[in-house]
Amino acid sequence: MNSKAKAAAIFKDNLQNFFFVLPAFAIFCTFYIYPFLNMIFLSFHEWRGIGPMHFIGLQNYQELMSDNLWWDSMGHAGYITLIALTFQNALAFALALACDREIRMKRFYRVVFFIPPVLSEVVVGLIWNWILNPEMQNGQHIGLLNHLLYTSGFPQLVHNWLGDPKTALTTIAIVNSWKGFGWGFIMLLAGLQTIDKQLYEAAKVDGASSWKIFTNVTMPMMMPVILVVVILTILGCMQVFVLILTMVNEGLVNHTDVPVLRILSAMTGTNRFGYACAEAVNFGVILVCISFMTKKLSDKAKQV
Amino acid sequence: MRKLIVLCSCLIFIVLAGCSQPPKPSNKILLWHWMTDRNDTFQRLAQQYKQETGIEVIVQLFAPSDSYSQKIIAAAQANVLPDIYGILDKKSIVADFIKAGLVTDLTDAMDADAGSWKNSLFDRALADKRFEVGNIYGVKPGIYGVPIDVTNVQMLYNKKLLAKAGITTAPGTWEEFIKDAQALKRVGITPFVSGWGELWLADCFASNYAFNIMGEEKIFATFRGQVKYTDPDWIRVLSVFADLRDKGVLMDGIVTKGNKYAEQDFALERAAFAFNGSWCVNVYHDMNPGLDYGVIPPPPISTAYPLKIWGGAGSSFVVNAGSPNKDKAIAFLKWLTAKGQQVVLAQETNNLPSNKGALLAISPILKEFAGNMDTTTHPTIWPLNEDPLVIEAFDKGIQAIIIGEKTPQQVAQDVQVVKDRQMARGK
Repeated sequence: MNSKAKAAAIFKDNLQNFFFVLPAFAIFCTFYIYPFLNMIFLSFHEWRGIGPMHFIGLQNYQELMSDNLWWDSMGHAGYITLIALTFQNALAFALALACDREIRMKRFYRVVFFIPPVLSEVVVGLIWNWILNPEMQNGQHIGLLNHLLYTSGFPQLVHNWLGDPKTALTTIAIVNSWKGFGWGFIMLLAGLQTIDKQLYEAAKVDGASSWKIFTNVTMPMMMPVILVVVILTILGCMQVFVLILTMVNEGLVNHTDVPVLRILSAMTGTNRFGYACAEAVNFGVILVCISFMTKKLSDKAKQV
Repeated sequence: MRKLIVLCSCLIFIVLAGCSQPPKPSNKILLWHWMTDRNDTFQRLAQQYKQETGIEVIVQLFAPSDSYSQKIIAAAQANVLPDIYGILDKKSIVADFIKAGLVTDLTDAMDADAGSWKNSLFDRALADKRFEVGNIYGVKPGIYGVPIDVTNVQMLYNKKLLAKAGITTAPGTWEEFIKDAQALKRVGITPFVSGWGELWLADCFASNYAFNIMGEEKIFATFRGQVKYTDPDWIRVLSVFADLRDKGVLMDGIVTKGNKYAEQDFALERAAFAFNGSWCVNVYHDMNPGLDYGVIPPPPISTAYPLKIWGGAGSSFVVNAGSPNKDKAIAFLKWLTAKGQQVVLAQETNNLPSNKGALLAISPILKEFAGNMDTTTHPTIWPLNEDPLVIEAFDKGIQAIIIGEKTPQQVAQDVQVVKDRQMARGK
């Protein structure tokens, strides 16, 4: 075969491959790349969702930089994420460690722990709204939590959990953790089960204590899984909003605002689509940076 | 090579299939709506219309209303709006739809036959989608929508709970209302509930008292930036909420309560007064058919100006200006708002009919709601509206007052800061 014929055969092969990839590429471009680029394009405009767009350059971004409500909402999402990273993931890890041992009704616990994440956020919000209901009827507390506190001798702890700025965000963060810990539990449990049991036996033979085994065997082996759980927790919690919308509607003043709710409010409440897109771009960049930093930190931790 | 030809053919087919033909007139009309409680009746009426005229009306429900709004905007951007749809948004957005050529001017159809269609409907309801000469939106004057029903937002009182507190008549003034609330509290009954977790409802309540305290000219002067929110009258409006808080009138958790929950509270007799719209008649009937209640306008706090309640068109439809079935769509809406169909809608869905002739067929409680239609107003019929960011600051400020975080004076200052900023931006 001469070189011309060879080149033609390669070209034909490449062309065929290109056509096989084309449908997936077209779908990706249509549903991911185009909306993404369009969002960036819109963020430089003033637009109310319908009618003409006005190019305003970086004005939306300038306004965003001095928008205290936006940065407060970022702080609120950060707080919810922090609670999830600590309380939620610690609980998930502890339960995963417990279920990794030979205990009775292990499968039952696994199913029970996985129920909250399977429920929709709307359902969880409605359930917790009932549990946290601050009202009274005929001298009785309607909400389960306040009823239990009252009847078990702690009337001083009865509280309007979602109506008080001091407790509203923490309450939402805890409910969010309750809903989310099942994912971490399943992933961490799966990770624990992949650790070679011989490593534990060898450590025991060497006289290592349970704590030493945990810190020197379990934790290093679990780092890749923990990293995935941490990144998913950050991305999931920073974007929480349905739960908040269900629990406190349009929010308790601005104490329960999170970035996605601010974006939604800019779009539907004040019809500022351009500004909403600027918020979305800003939020997306921050999330990418956080994920990148988490990955870098974890890589460093692994090297140590 | 054959594979390549097959693949190319598939791609060309896909591309060609994506190129739509311009729509042609047909005997089918597509209607998109958001009203879950009226869907069954709409479907039944559509069947009846098909039997009478041979024209099929395809009724499609997209709920909840927030999602519907977004769907309509997305459909408008993609130019795939149905023949008949609703715009659940501010008048400025309705104006944008009209200017984009997406809404038919119905003035000629309304005025035909000596204005028989227009005259059969409540004028207040028509005002919702009517643009007057010299309107600030720059829209050609005309009527652009058809009201399916009318609505208003008032105060409701539970007769049984009031009687328990020894109250025999509903309050007629703010002082009487506060006095009744104290009496209710003494017998362990929560005085008042409303879904103020949905900010528009708290805004509506404040607006009622703004009309009562300072009158509409001063309100509009504030919107124009000629009066400040730190004016004593605005502080007095905000103080209404401080008064309600200080006197313990409000149900716990009212600032985060959705209206559905507030409706449940009133229907299950957990509160004696509620602030809600006429659509609640249907909701309360479903939750507690035996609920004995009455309707009053919010008790006025001042005698300076009349208190105005929010009301007007409840739900309206518009006709897509680009629809090839425009005339058929208009004919259907004319039929839907005729007396016979309006009676069916009113009786089956417990909503106030938009056709005046259908009022005779409504329930006594709806008649009480209808009794105050003359005192209604609504932002959609005002000559100008406040900037949305100022409204947001005002409404969030009301929440801050209720939870005791800020005083009316502080909120007024905060709102004025936002107002000044927006004015400086030329908005």
